[in-house]
Amino acid sequence: MTTADIKDVIIDILEGIAPDEDLSNLDDQTPFREQLELDSMDFLDIVMELRKRYRIQIPEDDYVELASMDSTVKYLEPMMRDLEKV
Amino acid sequence: MIAGSTSDAQRIVITGVGLTAPNANSLADFRAALLAGKSGVRSYEIRYVGATLAGVCDFEETRYQTRKEVRRGTRAGSIGVYSANEAIRDAGLEWDTMDRSRVGVYLGVTEHGNVETENEIYELTQFDYDVKYWSHHHNPRTVANNPAGEVSLNLGITGPHYTIGAACAAGNAGLIQGAQMLLLGDCDVALAGGVSESVRTFGIFASFKSQGALAEHVDPHKASRPFDTGRNGIVVSEGGCIYVLERLERAKARGAKIYGEIVGYAMNSDASDFVMPNAQRQTECMNLALRRAGMSASDVDIVSTHATSTPSGDVQESLAVRNVFQACNGKAPCVNNTKSFIGHTMGAAGALELAGNLPAFDDGVCHATINVDELDPECQVPNLVTNEPRETRGVEVILNNSFGMLGTNSALIVKKY
Repeated sequence: MTTADIKDVIIDILEGIAPDEDLSNLDDQTPFREQLELDSMDFLDIVMELRKRYRIQIPEDDYVELASMDSTVKYLEPMMRDLEKV
Repeated sequence: MIAGSTSDAQRIVITGVGLTAPNANSLADFRAALLAGKSGVRSYEIRYVGATLAGVCDFEETRYQTRKEVRRGTRAGSIGVYSANEAIRDAGLEWDTMDRSRVGVYLGVTEHGNVETENEIYELTQFDYDVKYWSHHHNPRTVANNPAGEVSLNLGITGPHYTIGAACAAGNAGLIQGAQMLLLGDCDVALAGGVSESVRTFGIFASFKSQGALAEHVDPHKASRPFDTGRNGIVVSEGGCIYVLERLERAKARGAKIYGEIVGYAMNSDASDFVMPNAQRQTECMNLALRRAGMSASDVDIVSTHATSTPSGDVQESLAVRNVFQACNGKAPCVNNTKSFIGHTMGAAGALELAGNLPAFDDGVCHATINVDELDPECQVPNLVTNEPRETRGVEVILNNSFGMLGTNSALIVKKY
């Protein structure tokens, strides 16, 4: 997967988690929480979806890496570069 | 309890109704459906059980919830949120300025958590039962107070909220709890009634099937047929009905529309069997409610029966109704059954079945029990209203029965105000 593919995956997951939100103007550098109404359970949903879709295990200490789109993609890229998008 | 209460501070009245049933999403539509003989039972498929029958609601979930709230919560929660919001609107409460710490939420449930647990286990099978894939939403979705809690979250209610587990007597039990909390001064407004999401758990269908108590019929509309010789079991349904209850003094002070007054109630236990009802205890329950209301059997105009369309249960309740009302002779109340239209809405049943009858205070009509092609002789009760609604000389008092497994019985008496 390319970084663009990974971003698409995250957007797809966010659409499921925050179905009332408009994600079209999401700023990649700004934390998700400053742009969307997301709480800790929502972030756990992101972790769970990545686990279910790609068998990616994210340690709790690394959850901070999922703060913004840029940080998330950067964190996931080494784990997902060899995976096929589903 | 309530008999002799002359103080308006000790009289409990119904000032709002919100509901969703398999054949209607408002009280007016529900009443129209019952008078028109419109069934809400349809063909249904559920995991592992396959083709069966059920009563399914079609209310608009996102009328009062965001899509995220719907996704995060449970079906019972959504049913509760819809019904509670409808009830508040119906009651004309000035919600924005209300002290919501003085509002209590008391919802009856037959069961809660089966749907969510089954879904998680099914999901887990896709991951070789590795519990790393078990959802963090499981606990908040399955705690027993979930449906009432979702109402509290949605409406910003900071007074008490909890559910009352009372099997299929739960709808009445929720109403009784609400009335009691008002009498204790624990709240000023009670949102009370019952909800059920049971059509989404295969277990309830499978268990009734194993018990020989799941309805089957080629025509879904004819599957729920209490008192008929051809009845063969329960139609599982979902639904919700929540009332706004207030003390009379408050209702009068704000000029509220008053549907009726809760003048008597009783709950007791069979202490005899896990599933078989006990006519003697049901009789005692109705008599206790009447005694507490300061009424005799001949004061009742409509008996709303619990009968679920099972071969044995209907016989037991018929016997109990005869025990209480046979002696009324010419003054015996009309007897009806609402499950014949909508199936068994479980935790919502008692509350919904009362709601279906409440408009009789205004129109004087007793809706029927439908699908009685051949009345079971053992289910003969005086004045059973079969198949077509009946005009009466006026309805002043309704007695609403609701009974449940493990032998929990309830009877609620509502009087025209």
